[in-house]
Amino acid sequence: MVLPQVASSPPAGVGPGGTSPILSVDGLVVRYGAAVVLDGVSLEVGAGEMVALIGPNGAGKTTLLNTLSGILSASSGTIVRRGRLAHVPEGRELFPELCVDDNLRLGAWRAASRDPAEVYELFPKLQSLARRRAGNLSGGEQQMVAIGRALMAKPELLAIDELSQGLAPTVVQEISRYLVRLNVETGLSVLLVEQNARLALELCPRAYVLETGRIVADGPSGHLREQPAVQRAYLGGHVTT
Amino acid sequence: MSTLAQYLITGVSQGFLLALLATGFVIIYRVTKVVNFAQGAFVVLGGFIAYSLLGVGVPHGISELLAVLASAAIGLVFGAVTILGKMGPTASLMTTIGLAIFSEAIAMLVWGTVPLTFSGLSGHDIEIGGVFVQPQYLLLIGVSIVVLAILWLVLDRTYVGKAMTACASNPYAARLSGINVKAMGLLSFAIGGALGGLGGVLVTPLFPLTYDSDVNLAILGFAAAIVGGLTSPGLALAGGLAFGVTEELVAGYWSAANQTAVALGLMILLLLWQSHRRQRVEQFV
Repeated sequence: MVLPQVASSPPAGVGPGGTSPILSVDGLVVRYGAAVVLDGVSLEVGAGEMVALIGPNGAGKTTLLNTLSGILSASSGTIVRRGRLAHVPEGRELFPELCVDDNLRLGAWRAASRDPAEVYELFPKLQSLARRRAGNLSGGEQQMVAIGRALMAKPELLAIDELSQGLAPTVVQEISRYLVRLNVETGLSVLLVEQNARLALELCPRAYVLETGRIVADGPSGHLREQPAVQRAYLGGHVTT
Repeated sequence: MSTLAQYLITGVSQGFLLALLATGFVIIYRVTKVVNFAQGAFVVLGGFIAYSLLGVGVPHGISELLAVLASAAIGLVFGAVTILGKMGPTASLMTTIGLAIFSEAIAMLVWGTVPLTFSGLSGHDIEIGGVFVQPQYLLLIGVSIVVLAILWLVLDRTYVGKAMTACASNPYAARLSGINVKAMGLLSFAIGGALGGLGGVLVTPLFPLTYDSDVNLAILGFAAAIVGGLTSPGLALAGGLAFGVTEELVAGYWSAANQTAVALGLMILLLLWQSHRRQRVEQFV
């Protein structure tokens, strides 16, 4: 599969170790009762950066995003955000009985404008589906609505949970292209959570590896791809998808 | 013929009262997944508050309006007690039953045990198809139709209405979109309270209410709402009319003592038929 290349690198002076990360998480611990799901997670996303978070099923990736969105609360650690975060949840989680247009507008509940024109500009296909019930769309179209709904909140950081899940490779490629374009043209930061490590490492210049609640590796995607442990677990013959 | 027409008009107005209650059940359940058995209490309290306001000289119209607003406020308080904690659906259901019993106690302390009524819309009886109908029946029917239609439009067409649907459809995604799901739940309780209160002020001139009328009303309103699986306002309206008319026909041609039993028997048959139909569908899936 040919994936779009990321044209932009994070602006100088920002990003990991930089002066102005858009998101910085430090020592985050989240428990479900007695079970520790996230055990001291630290990560950063720079302004305008695309960062991947890969890891197997059950590593705590979705828990991390739900904590960043304020759905779950942390036992300890800090989350510092500069700007708004919008969360595209795993499985799209649309409002199936409402039409595409309503789904988009509801994403703007706390934003100043409810006009979805910019989203239609980005995903022209959605314009023609505006009056269709979201529940009747294909998986790829639903993923566009889910991303569009999140964009309606006018976020500075988009957190996407399992972009590729259940989608055909060509559809994944199409949506990835939109995502990279968005990142390049508007400077939107992206935190991409993926089980499909190959995809995530190709899309994002930098990545973190989360396993059983801990960050076990991080760095430029090129370097991570070379690491034997990452290759074995995520890129070899036994890719966990 | 004219007797039948008389029963039908009484039945339809009783049906709209049940539809107001059932719509309250549906709106609250859709947004919060709580079955609010205190729904009947809003009717009684609304009727009684209007009675007292009229008693101290507040004019008609204003008294009824204030009573509806008071019922909405009571609904809000009941909603806060029920949904602001972290109760599950079973605990919430018991809480609403507790709130219903609590309101009965308050109603009995404040207004006593004698059935209360007040004069409704004055004027001559109106002749419809050879039957003379009290104007209050027509007021109950007309106001219910207008209010239910407006409510449906608000839920279906406005941004807030769609946000309420979103909370019902996918509370997790609604929260991610920044919608305050608890606030929407409180709003649904306030609407449920207002609908019950409206039913109360409209029906008290026709059928005097006592402090404990709420139990029967809540059961019949719930029966009407369950016709649409507690989620469809349209089927709740149909259910309300069906139960209202059935009750009046049974009372008229057989015995008033049997009317509720027959209506609830009808509800059980409907539920059995629905579950049977669902099983057949599942077999083919």
